[in-house]
Amino acid sequence: MLPAEIIFGLTGVGLFTLGLRATLLHGSLLARILAINVCGAGVFLMFVSIAYQGAAAMPVPDPVPHALVLTGIVVAVSATALALALGRRLRESADE
Amino acid sequence: MIDFIAIVLIVTGIGFFAVGSIGLLRLPDLHSRLHALTKADNLGLGLVTLGTALLAGSLATAIKLLLIWLLVLAASAASANLIARHALERGDER
Amino acid sequence: MNALLWTLLDLLLAAMLLGLGWAAVATRDLKRGVALFIAFGLLLALAWARLRAPDLALAEAAIGAGLAGALLLAALRDEPRHEKLAAAHSRAGLWTLNLLSVLLAVVVAWALLCALEMGEGLRLAGAVTDHIGQSGVSNPVTAVLLNFRAYDTLLELAVILSAVLGVLALGPARRGYGLPGPVLGGLIRWLVPLLIVTAGYLLWVGAHAPGGAFQAGATLAAAAVLLRLGGVDRAGLPAAAVSRWLLAAGLLVFLGVGLSLAGLGYGFLQYPAGLAGGLILVIESAATLSIAVALALAYVGGWSRSGSTQPDSTQGGSH
Repeated sequence: MLPAEIIFGLTGVGLFTLGLRATLLHGSLLARILAINVCGAGVFLMFVSIAYQGAAAMPVPDPVPHALVLTGIVVAVSATALALALGRRLRESADE
Repeated sequence: MIDFIAIVLIVTGIGFFAVGSIGLLRLPDLHSRLHALTKADNLGLGLVTLGTALLAGSLATAIKLLLIWLLVLAASAASANLIARHALERGDER
Repeated sequence: MNALLWTLLDLLLAAMLLGLGWAAVATRDLKRGVALFIAFGLLLALAWARLRAPDLALAEAAIGAGLAGALLLAALRDEPRHEKLAAAHSRAGLWTLNLLSVLLAVVVAWALLCALEMGEGLRLAGAVTDHIGQSGVSNPVTAVLLNFRAYDTLLELAVILSAVLGVLALGPARRGYGLPGPVLGGLIRWLVPLLIVTAGYLLWVGAHAPGGAFQAGATLAAAAVLLRLGGVDRAGLPAAAVSRWLLAAGLLVFLGVGLSLAGLGYGFLQYPAGLAGGLILVIESAATLSIAVALALAYVGGWSRSGSTQPDSTQGGSH
């Protein structure tokens, strides 16, 4: 059987690449921000898959990557908010 | 015996979910799709919740599951209402 | 049989994640893309639960799917309706990009498989398990965040603060929403108190079970988002002067505790035995309020314009 960490780890690789590709491809800023978020989700998934490895034998999976990803999720949403605010300002100055 | 009842409840619930999803994909306009989705999924989730509550083994967990179901009911009713009202106002009936 | 079933479920979840992720970034319609992204976030929360990371599942459902989705939807409202999604690319450029993407995927996948191959190489899990008794909490993720790697969390609060200061510096709030109809209004009226109670519970329970400052802060921020959608332009935030202090409170209390401990000779953020649990709760309470105010302000998009409390009646609060 395929272990879960390999399935989800490779899913993370896939999400990372397709997010990155879409970030480079899209013209609209909002679509780029969305794609970057998918890209980041892929990175988180790789981290947590590595933490999960061998978790069957342990009481809990490795909590250190979990803590890193938790902070990562919050930082990602703050960065998204900042990027969206920058985009709004850009459009406003372009309209003037 | 309890296991058997729980499994029957969960499988029936999944059946309602499946019907709701088919309705979402197949029905012609927005209002009928919402109708299929909210009714069937709320009942389906109720049955799944009941089944898992039987399997939960503790009253506290069962009550938590019931609360979750009530929250989802309220949220799905409200969002279905918002989507339908928005569609009516905009005249967008796809 | 059981292992086969798990593998099938894993493959199903992985395929749905990839499919939704692909659909969210590949669609020509941004509104559809954002809706798919929210669904993607909810499935990702399911994946965290599967990988036995319940703290992440809570955070992802509240932040990754909920707040990020709300932010994107709010931004979508200002977006010109027919903006071209894909920039013009030549056929050769597109193929180069595709080729490079595949190459990158292969390299990263290879690196990941090598890392998995190494297995129990450099793991800190053992160190966490050995010292959790002295950390003052029994949830290992909280122990790492607030005790063993408290530096990281301190700096992370600083990152959130600077991101929100950036948002605040870029201009006033977005336009608000109209008054809600009776259904949404009624839902908001009993959901907001429930969210506040849940946030308090998550903060408290984080010491020994999944939960903590981030999840609690995000839940409070969700209440603010709901209030704003219900036509409350200030989203339940206190006056600007108070909000500023709350915004900085997490970082200030964290730094204050750390520096006081250093002054008393314990070393920066080295909690004395016996006091760790209490100090962590103090820091987490302040951090919860800061994170909530930060995320709520990020959603509102800046300070509310003074004197413009007129709701935008055309929007009907239904976005």
